[in-house]
Amino acid sequence: MSKYQDVIMAGFGGQGVMLIGNLLAQAGMEQGINVTFIPVYGAEMRGGTANCTVVLDSLPIGSPLVHEPLSTIVLNEPSLAKFQPRLRKDGVQVVNTSLIAEHLVDAAIRTVRIPANGMAHELGNAKLANMVALGAWLRATEALPLKAVRDALRRVVSAHYAGLIPVNAAALDAGYNFA
Amino acid sequence: MNSDSGQTPGRVLVKGNEAVAYGAVDAGLQCYFGYPITPQNEIPEMLSTLLPEHGGSFVQAESEVGAVNMLLGAGACGVPAMVSSSSCGISLMQEGISYMAGSHIPGVIVNMSRGGPGLGDIGPSQGDYFQAVKGGGHGDHRNLVLAPATAQECYDFMFKAFTLAFVYRNPVMILGDAVVAQLKEPVRRVPPAGTNTPEYLQSLVRDQRIEGYGARGKAAAPRLLKSVYLAEGALAGRNRLLQSKYAEMRKEVLFERENVDDADLIVIAFGSMGRTARSAIHRLRKAGRNIGLFRPLTLYPFPEAALQKLAPGRRFLVVEQNIGQMVEDVRLAVNGVCPVYWHGVMPGLFVGADELVDPILRALE
Repeated sequence: MSKYQDVIMAGFGGQGVMLIGNLLAQAGMEQGINVTFIPVYGAEMRGGTANCTVVLDSLPIGSPLVHEPLSTIVLNEPSLAKFQPRLRKDGVQVVNTSLIAEHLVDAAIRTVRIPANGMAHELGNAKLANMVALGAWLRATEALPLKAVRDALRRVVSAHYAGLIPVNAAALDAGYNFA
Repeated sequence: MNSDSGQTPGRVLVKGNEAVAYGAVDAGLQCYFGYPITPQNEIPEMLSTLLPEHGGSFVQAESEVGAVNMLLGAGACGVPAMVSSSSCGISLMQEGISYMAGSHIPGVIVNMSRGGPGLGDIGPSQGDYFQAVKGGGHGDHRNLVLAPATAQECYDFMFKAFTLAFVYRNPVMILGDAVVAQLKEPVRRVPPAGTNTPEYLQSLVRDQRIEGYGARGKAAAPRLLKSVYLAEGALAGRNRLLQSKYAEMRKEVLFERENVDDADLIVIAFGSMGRTARSAIHRLRKAGRNIGLFRPLTLYPFPEAALQKLAPGRRFLVVEQNIGQMVEDVRLAVNGVCPVYWHGVMPGLFVGADELVDPILRALE
């Protein structure tokens, strides 16, 4: 039996979607399943739009790209506009309500609304919004255990920033426990 | 990236580009030359530290033309060497590749291609198929061409590429695209079973040491590596020699087949489009459709005999990310025995398996 999950993570360049994409893929690999991570970004970097796709599967993975995803993490309004219409009907989206107006969210879609920037700010570092959102996604999809993702932080965060691992783990927890 | 991979020792999560760099070094690469271009920049970025750590030399050339001529020089000295670039940069290298082919000089060229023609974009494309398999440079010449679809194949094919380059003393090209270059997936960094070690490569280098190596003095025959043959009939002889070498290279053909035996329709796709097609086919097989996948791993030599065998009573559908290139070789291979349909994905688009389902269904009707 195939245990398959895919997710498109999208936001502004600099919001850290590539980092949480890498983290999820690394954690999946360490859980012994097949993973792919593929980034899509324009020539611009910080401030432009960026997204990545992660596929997790117990079977070998064919396409690393997905047009109609089973789930999304959307951190800003341009990303919601782009990916909400493509989300599968049985899918789930994690929406960052700190930066996305409620009236833009399609009421027919299963949506986890989370003020990721606000929660990150309360944790003492606004840059943690990506981890908060990933935590909420892990709760919503149960794709991987929270612990596996927390443990993988050590492999994904470079040695130079190792001091930030505890606060990143705390942000994952906060997102996961946000109901 | 930290290579401590937790609970799965030996597996690292790397991009196709990074897998190329690891594979090259593990296979015995000694010299790298290149000039930056997206989407292959992780290859020179990684090799700039990895290769010197392994005792090799990394040179950022002044241009692609400079890089390919350094490759020619290294190959002429019997050194396992490579260049990497993308589409427009590979176009600039074609003169050198033709000279290497004409002079029997080994070397590995990695093309992580991008959208074209011209400067194109940095998205995925398979528009360099003709350039890679039909020579690309001037004159009658052939490259051996390998088309990886996974990061693991990016790693494994580097071993194959260096071996083939020195067995045949010929340019070998790895033809990837922005998808296989940029996607990350687990790679087992272990030399693939049945392939060769750097020591074996060195023995090939010794055995095949090029005719330019040797004694001085009037008594010795001139030992020249050259592609110019001006005497009457000399070039004809040279081309006959090349032709017989290319005929011998045909035995290196490699391909992958999946669920073809009961298939009414066989989808033929290479590289990253091969894996995307596989996902679409799996979905359709679950719905009871008898569809198989045929994925050439070598684009030159092309697996025409295998396709001829599969053709009777079936339909073929070629799916490729260009405006129709490999489909010509498939049609030549089956020579009218079965219908060959074609679906083109336009260069620069990022396409998922869901977008291939309808085109495949249409070919069944």
